[in-house]
Amino acid sequence: MAIAFSVNGRAVSVEAEADTPLLWVLRDDLGMTGTKFGCGIAACGACSVHVDGAVARSCSVPVGEVVGKAVTTIEGLKSADGTLHKVQAAWIAAQVPQCGYCQSGQIMAAVALIDAVGTPSDAQIDAAMTNICRCGTYPRVRKAILAATGEAAGTGEA
Amino acid sequence: MADNPNPELEYPETVAPVDKPKKKGVKRRIFLIGSALVVGGGIFGVWWTDSSVRARARALTVGEGEHGFATWMKIAEDDTVTVFSPHIDFGQGSHTALAQMLADELDAAWDKVRIEQAPSDLAFANAALAKGFLPEMVGQTVAGLLPDAVVGMMARSMPLQITGGSSAVRFTGEVGMRKTGAAVRAALVAEAADRLGVPESELTTADSVVTHAKSGKSLRYGALAAGAAQRSLASDPVLKTRDQWKLIGQPIARRDIPAKVDGSAVYGIDFTLPEMRVATIAAAPVRGGKLESVDEAPALAVKGVEKVVKLDDAVIVVAKGYWQAKKGLDALAPTFSDGGHAAVSTPSIFAAQGKLIAGGKADNEGGKGDVEAAFGAAGAKLVEAEYRVPFLHHAMMEPFALTGHLKDGKLYLWGGMQDPLSTRTKAAKAADLGVEDVIFTPMIMGGGFGRRFPDLVEIIDQVALLAKQVPYPVKLVWSREEELRHGTYRPQSLARLKGAVKDGRITGLQIDYAQSGNAEGEVPFIYNLPATSRRHFAYQSNQIDGPWRSVNATQLGFYTESFMDELAAAAGADPYEFRRRHLPAGSRHVKALDEVARRSGWGTPLPEGTGRGIAIVESFGTIVAEVIEAGIKDDGSPKVLKAFAVVDCGTTVNPFNAEAQIAGGLIMGLSSAIGEAVTLDKGAVVESNFTDYPILKLADAPPQIDVHFIESGAKTGGIGEPGLPPASPALANALAAATGKRIRNLPVLAQAKA
Repeated sequence: MAIAFSVNGRAVSVEAEADTPLLWVLRDDLGMTGTKFGCGIAACGACSVHVDGAVARSCSVPVGEVVGKAVTTIEGLKSADGTLHKVQAAWIAAQVPQCGYCQSGQIMAAVALIDAVGTPSDAQIDAAMTNICRCGTYPRVRKAILAATGEAAGTGEA
Repeated sequence: MADNPNPELEYPETVAPVDKPKKKGVKRRIFLIGSALVVGGGIFGVWWTDSSVRARARALTVGEGEHGFATWMKIAEDDTVTVFSPHIDFGQGSHTALAQMLADELDAAWDKVRIEQAPSDLAFANAALAKGFLPEMVGQTVAGLLPDAVVGMMARSMPLQITGGSSAVRFTGEVGMRKTGAAVRAALVAEAADRLGVPESELTTADSVVTHAKSGKSLRYGALAAGAAQRSLASDPVLKTRDQWKLIGQPIARRDIPAKVDGSAVYGIDFTLPEMRVATIAAAPVRGGKLESVDEAPALAVKGVEKVVKLDDAVIVVAKGYWQAKKGLDALAPTFSDGGHAAVSTPSIFAAQGKLIAGGKADNEGGKGDVEAAFGAAGAKLVEAEYRVPFLHHAMMEPFALTGHLKDGKLYLWGGMQDPLSTRTKAAKAADLGVEDVIFTPMIMGGGFGRRFPDLVEIIDQVALLAKQVPYPVKLVWSREEELRHGTYRPQSLARLKGAVKDGRITGLQIDYAQSGNAEGEVPFIYNLPATSRRHFAYQSNQIDGPWRSVNATQLGFYTESFMDELAAAAGADPYEFRRRHLPAGSRHVKALDEVARRSGWGTPLPEGTGRGIAIVESFGTIVAEVIEAGIKDDGSPKVLKAFAVVDCGTTVNPFNAEAQIAGGLIMGLSSAIGEAVTLDKGAVVESNFTDYPILKLADAPPQIDVHFIESGAKTGGIGEPGLPPASPALANALAAATGKRIRNLPVLAQAKA
């Protein structure tokens, strides 16, 4: 069946069974490989995207459930002119990634957290950032989130 | 079909193969590299190559307007320097560090330096690595007698292109990158001297320019490259001294990171080709078992499924995408034999290991002095304990994925492995092809930690066999469950330790451990005691034990450093002070211990219910001392509050990256100690996914880790692995200090539940 939704502001329509996880529609049908496969059971967060602004683990979201919704992936975080999202910029400044495989999901989770609460507390970071990183980048993930929100909490001047 | 995100990686052009070395004096072999299992090896030819090898390297990598030097680098006429790394980078940051080392000696402008993966080709076998490892293989004396050309030949015949043993910077970097940079710089200076008609001694180099101060004339490297490339390179160029370094030691940003924050990095699992199909696999649940029967119909009934392929010990479903293949596979009910291993379980392995040690017939023994005499001496206080650790899964975040296509008699492969050259060898054998007919394109990978050494990677054989049965390109992807249940684990191991303490000092220490591999010669014993004995009892289950980040130093470190605290308690001594008195005064070990004690506030009061633990382990040429501060949460699980690491690896090439490697290793060590265990029942792995194989998450990791480097200038050590081994004993020692309860079996959570 044809399933229509939007990805990073672009309308898409794919021929897929409704039970196909959004992850595999993104990767195999749309060729958007920035969203990663880690566990297939929503346990690791490597596949995190935003659906209507809320973070979702796309390996466990049937594509049939996103009909008419707005999906944002890691590829859609940059602004139209190619400027990095402030969280991406903070990630580079803190040199967070090692192997990098989980980092799309980490960044999507961090952006959703900051969008939801503004400047998160350590406890809010602990609660929201449940994505697994085998390289152990957690201290720098925390540091980058705080740095990104420090900017946001600054003068407000661009 | 979506657009191919990686068209530049499609079907690489091939070049006629270079003649293989005629002599077969060096066979592929398995040898221990700083205690890492290393298979074969490439020697990246510096100028340790003959002209045919250099010609082939140029044909593969040097284009119009570019000039190649040995097989390590090229300079373009626009001044761009491209460094070819014979090591893969799976997150450890060695590509940037290696380029820093070469560029520093070359006096290249950093913004004009690029880093590329060396092709998976014999011309790029890693001679520097072989040269670095030689003393560990054949001894310093013999190694010193071998000419470089012979070393180069050895690397090609092994063939050597491996990443492991924390070896990139300490061997390839120190031997290959720095020498190449210095030799090419000398050739550029010689070329400039001839062109300007001035003595070389009047020339200086900086930022990719040769300058003659007296005349004010200068020449860019790009303008000198063509002439310099015709010159022969000095075999023993003068290297910079520490005070002359401009790039080595600097916290330079890693070049691979921008593509890892915007989703554009293409990993092996992301690779696609036109008409490509995706497959997934279920191998026999019991390792050693065979496929007995499978009715293919239920899979073929799933929309999108195209084919079911049976292997000797596995069934594969091929479909239009991963999800369809997985659905098809899940619809099957294959039956497998158990290979005669139905009685193997976690308890049965521990029982067999305990019996072996009790039998007393060791397979390998190290140590000195008479421990029995020490144990029997009057007034000696004896301490005995048994320790156990489980199998551990690597849990690289990117599950195995390898794409293959048999096209016009050649097998093309794309994916991430820790040794590109031996990937080709293994695939060729499985597909019954010549090595020259296997073309492998190495790609970046989502972790590895020792899991991707080709000799232990079944997916290479699986894809080689699968590609022969389908006319189109096919990407085989392992599910997480397949990944966890068919690992090559850190071995399950049991140890019995016995020590004698007299007058506040250890007089004898015996460590008996049973597991598959011997750790002697790999994990140095650092304490200076009158009598020691370390005995290995070889035990092999039906599992494949593989190198897991830091290899045998994880469990040996846990045993020894936990038991040191038990002996300190018997002596009534402070654990830090007790270690100190058994190490040579003024040694690097003592300095590391002192520094970590100072930074962690050792001895200062802590809140009720929390404790500090200290541990020091040397591995891969690097000394790491760690202090963990921890307590127990309401649910009985450990809570790590603070972590400190002091590291002496001689020289840190990139301190910012080195800090990340140490912190990451420490966290991986904590993760394994707290919650990780692969257990067996009826010969098969019980755990299935991250739900029952818990990896430490951000909330349970220390919020900050204080990492400090002692720049001792000693021989450069590794950085990818040594941060891990002290973490588990430091945690166990902290918990013992906090609760009075000694943890002797890992993981901690299993004990808390018991």
